[in-house]
Amino acid sequence: MATNAQSSIAVPAVNPKSRSRVPLLTVVSLALVALWLIIAAFPFFWTFWGSFKVQSDFFSKTDWQNAIYGVNTIRQTGSAFTLEGYQGAWVDEEFWRNVINSGIVVFFTVVISLTFGTLGGYALARSGRRYAFWLLMAALVFRAMPHITLVSGYLLPFFEWNIWGILPTTIIVLVAINQPFTLWMLHSFFLNIPKDMDESAMVDGCTRFQAFRHVIIPVMWPGVITTGLFSFLLAYNDFAVTAMLLSSENETIIPAINSFLGTTQVEGKVMYAVAAVVSATAPLFVLILFFQRQIVSGLTAGAVKG
Amino acid sequence: MKHRTFFWFILPTLSAMILFIALPIVSVFIQSLFVEHEQVLVVSESCGPFGCTPTTTVDTAATAALQEEQPLGRYNGLNTYINRSHLAFVEVGEAWRSTETFGAFWKQIINLPFYRALIFTLTYTAVVTPVVIALGLAIAVGVNNLPRILKGPSIFISLLPFLVTPLVGSLILFWMVDSDGVIGATIQRIFNDPSLSLKASTALTWTMLIVYGVWHTLPFSFITFYAGLQTVPEDTMEAAMIDGASKWQRMIHVVVPHLAPLMSFVTLMLLMDNFRVFEPIVSFKAEAHATSLSWIIYNDLRESGNPLYGSAGATSMMTIIGVVILLTPVLIRTWRDFNRKAH
Repeated sequence: MATNAQSSIAVPAVNPKSRSRVPLLTVVSLALVALWLIIAAFPFFWTFWGSFKVQSDFFSKTDWQNAIYGVNTIRQTGSAFTLEGYQGAWVDEEFWRNVINSGIVVFFTVVISLTFGTLGGYALARSGRRYAFWLLMAALVFRAMPHITLVSGYLLPFFEWNIWGILPTTIIVLVAINQPFTLWMLHSFFLNIPKDMDESAMVDGCTRFQAFRHVIIPVMWPGVITTGLFSFLLAYNDFAVTAMLLSSENETIIPAINSFLGTTQVEGKVMYAVAAVVSATAPLFVLILFFQRQIVSGLTAGAVKG
Repeated sequence: MKHRTFFWFILPTLSAMILFIALPIVSVFIQSLFVEHEQVLVVSESCGPFGCTPTTTVDTAATAALQEEQPLGRYNGLNTYINRSHLAFVEVGEAWRSTETFGAFWKQIINLPFYRALIFTLTYTAVVTPVVIALGLAIAVGVNNLPRILKGPSIFISLLPFLVTPLVGSLILFWMVDSDGVIGATIQRIFNDPSLSLKASTALTWTMLIVYGVWHTLPFSFITFYAGLQTVPEDTMEAAMIDGASKWQRMIHVVVPHLAPLMSFVTLMLLMDNFRVFEPIVSFKAEAHATSLSWIIYNDLRESGNPLYGSAGATSMMTIIGVVILLTPVLIRTWRDFNRKAH
């Protein structure tokens, strides 16, 4: 993938040389792009390819080409590709349990944060009052809090109330941590929906909530989907909260990969972790494949307007 | 919008934020004022054929009872904040008196856990942020000049390092720079030094973490700037071209000023995210050479069997103060904008 991109980019770099007065700048800038794309893609490609090899190939001191051709893999398993790592991670280490936990946590976090966030974001967008502004500012400060500082506040009360270690606690914590970002994003999205729409519905006799339900909800989905993608990423990628708040049988995939490393490195089963890492990255890859446009627009939503 | 309606709409999100963000901050503050109980010791005499010897044992039951009674621990006031693992006033004063040169003083300071973490966190934030902004802008301009058909795939590839889980992304790089991994082994071969390891030296560990930081956050600034480039006014560009501005001059005098508001947005986001650098230190197992504020909180809480809530609380409070200081300029500016709009 990386080499393809590079060779096809290199072609236009040569063309302007003949006519433009500033070929150097163009060449440098295109070379930079090509270099960046290689640096961005190569680690993923390398790890994906290597996850089908044995450890002595993936970590090959003698010759890095072993990881490409799988010399030791052929010697040990008879074929250039092996599923040993995946077998070890998914079956022996029961990685599928963590995948199910992650699925539950991510699904409920996204649904609940979007529900809370749309209501709150809509209210903030339609109220021009001073307290709405202060709420947004407070949300900005909350957004900047390192998550681990909050986690240190949860542990003692959660132990006292005996709600530590279970999935619902983690879900509601992730929802709360997610709120500042969701509020900001949906707030700026609702600002773009003309006020006249819901206000004319209210003139016709709707209450504020009816106007929200019948006028705003049908047109809000693009913004909600974009925000939902980022809520998904936050819940899926989280390590600080899930590592500290979940007991080992309820672990989601990211803390599982971390505790995995502690146990596997002793036994020389690093390839299990490599396979788990590739498995954890695959959904993100698919997500970008299908939602690239929404992710890009979401990243820049607050920015281009502000 | 009526106050009452606003209240009902905002209630779910507000209660979530108050319960799980605002109250925990209060709880962190209270925790930071307490320290763990000392274990209850019992001195008993055990007498054998050769006389009696006093032995000290831990009274587990009494310790547990005390723990049950006061789960927070003993009240300690602000002492946790100034002890050796945090602001270390005594040690800093001692170092200041006993050392001759600033270099020697610095050497002692950097060995104190809190300052070590603070210095790394600030260095990381201060290096990664500007590098990411400059490179992001350069790559955005480069991609903008690509033929249309290549733009989509380049954005797709660029998004990968940004959206990948930080812990996983840093693990992937960590395996590659491992002394048996593809980059680590190649570097050893280039320098012909089989003992060379990126993980063994402080300077190389810091570099590695910073390179990871740039790799991970560059896509964000690149994509934001790329979107901004699409809105550069054509007329101004053409006017500059007619006036004889070169490509470089157009870049400096038209494009960069147009993107200035975006730059402050990207800077804000990057500062917030870089200040909480945490996962790469876990993945790279870099704690021997580099720790961050988030990491020392995590480490206090992980202290097996006996988490140091007081210590973690004190570091958390100081981190939160750091975040607020970092955000103050932004908050003041937004406040002014809001007032200008209101009047």
